[in-house]
Amino acid sequence: MKWFLDFLTSSIGRKLVMSLTGLFLITFLPVHLAGNLQLLAGDGGEAFNIYAKFMTSNPLIKFTSYGLYTGIALHAILGLAIWAKNRSATGKSYAVKNGNGTTWASRSMAFLGTLILIFIFIHMGDFWYSMKFGGLDDKLVTYDGIKYKDLYTKVSTSFSQLWIVIVYVISMIALAFHLNHGFASAFQSLGLNHKKYTPLIKGLGTVYSIIIPLMFALIPILMMFGIDVPALNFMHN
Amino acid sequence: MAGGNGKSINIKVKVWREGGDFGSGKFETYDLADIGTDMSFLEMFDVLNEKLVSQKKTPVAFEHDCREGICGTCSMVINGQPHGPMKGTTTCQLHMRSFKDGATIVVEPFRAKSFPVIRDLVVDRSSFDAIIQAGGYISVNTGQAQDGNAVPIEKDTSEKAFDAAACIGCGACVAACPNSAAMLFTSAKVSHLATLPQGEVEAKKRALAMVTQMDKEGFGFCSNIGACEAECPKEISIENIAKMNREYLGGVFGSEKTV
Ligand code: HEM
Ligand code: SF4
Ligand code: FES
Repeated sequence: MKWFLDFLTSSIGRKLVMSLTGLFLITFLPVHLAGNLQLLAGDGGEAFNIYAKFMTSNPLIKFTSYGLYTGIALHAILGLAIWAKNRSATGKSYAVKNGNGTTWASRSMAFLGTLILIFIFIHMGDFWYSMKFGGLDDKLVTYDGIKYKDLYTKVSTSFSQLWIVIVYVISMIALAFHLNHGFASAFQSLGLNHKKYTPLIKGLGTVYSIIIPLMFALIPILMMFGIDVPALNFMHN
Repeated sequence: MAGGNGKSINIKVKVWREGGDFGSGKFETYDLADIGTDMSFLEMFDVLNEKLVSQKKTPVAFEHDCREGICGTCSMVINGQPHGPMKGTTTCQLHMRSFKDGATIVVEPFRAKSFPVIRDLVVDRSSFDAIIQAGGYISVNTGQAQDGNAVPIEKDTSEKAFDAAACIGCGACVAACPNSAAMLFTSAKVSHLATLPQGEVEAKKRALAMVTQMDKEGFGFCSNIGACEAECPKEISIENIAKMNREYLGGVFGSEKTV
């Protein structure tokens, strides 16, 4: 197994893990978004609260969520390790700095990732922690005779505070830049660079990196202004 | 000068000096008057050095050899760009007409931990030699050169291989990379040889050995930023890095070889 450990610590091996975990997180985001959009349904939180209970109790989803935590941890720890390695590999910095035709996002992945990591801590501390560890045990609502933790009210209270909304929006901007480079970069790391497919991947990456963070950012903004999107009320449509 | 346009410019060159009297290094600025715009960048340095010698000062140490863009020795960073502002051009092939009258030109050595500065603009690039020695060749132990047409190679394939083979090992990719990664250089050789039938035989083993050596030399990791490709005087594409990644993964998972 030494060969496998050697591989995991090699430059290309670590890049492969970054790429795979990054792509895994990329598939998670739309799923997470679809669930959260129910916050805007305008049904007083019923659909969202039922969904939240399902997400924290279904064994298969619980199992998947451990995979997700591992993925984030691996991606973040390795990402910061790569950053540290790269800092130690560079010499004195140049007196004249020329971007050499590169994008700011591509040069700032670790900074952007750190912003995202801080966001994940704030975000999970606020909602996931209350949901999991009893903060909502005495805040219950009943739909059709079944009791649910009222996560919706917890979320809408948070999003009535301007600074929290600002933190969310800034974090989503960071995510957008991270993905603007990261999406296509992940394929290049996997060795996928092709005259026919690479332009497609780049286009898809640009669209994804704008749409997904934008939709996420709209949730706190719309909730702060109390704007509902009834079209999202799937349960009663 | 024959065939020239006869124009000349006055410039200031701000050069990094390191070693000897200059110790751990600092910038020195020199005024140069009447520099012909048909001079190459290195000829401008020749003029500067003659002037310094006549003043009994130490000339600027810089590397050069072929002065025709094929050897890769003329390493320096000019106004923040390895090999200067002209795309696809080495320092020796850069001409003073690329600069404006009255300009201050800042010249620094290639910067990377694995390219330590020896003196002024001269850096030690033996880390590149070590990478090539680890596997950047094909093993042919006996016999004469084969007949050129004995192994037919499709034109597109041979052109791809040739594009990668154009790497002159100058190190501008490392100098440009914010991570000081040597992926473009290493991948050019891995990809060049893996594309041709003679080199394909050892492709996986070679990728494994060269990448391992590249890591040992302390270069950074690639973040797919693309500064290397933009600054490479031979315009080597990062497609080659993707190919090296494939060959390396093949070497790790698809061969019995370990390093
Ligand atoms: C939802 C969250 C995230 C997603 C979807 C995501 C996605 C990605 C993707 C696709 C890549 C490109 C991988 C490659 O080039 O092969 C990447 C790179 C990177 N990510 Fe993330 N990431 C996320 C969160 C984070 C976090 C929390 C950190 C923590 C610091 C981080 C740090 C990095 C770094 C440093 C890189 C560049 C790695 C390199 O230079 O090779 N990311 N990310
Ligand atoms: S890849 Fe380009 S920049 Fe890098 S060593 Fe080869 S020729 Fe120089
Ligand atoms: S001196 Fe040979 S490439 Fe410039």
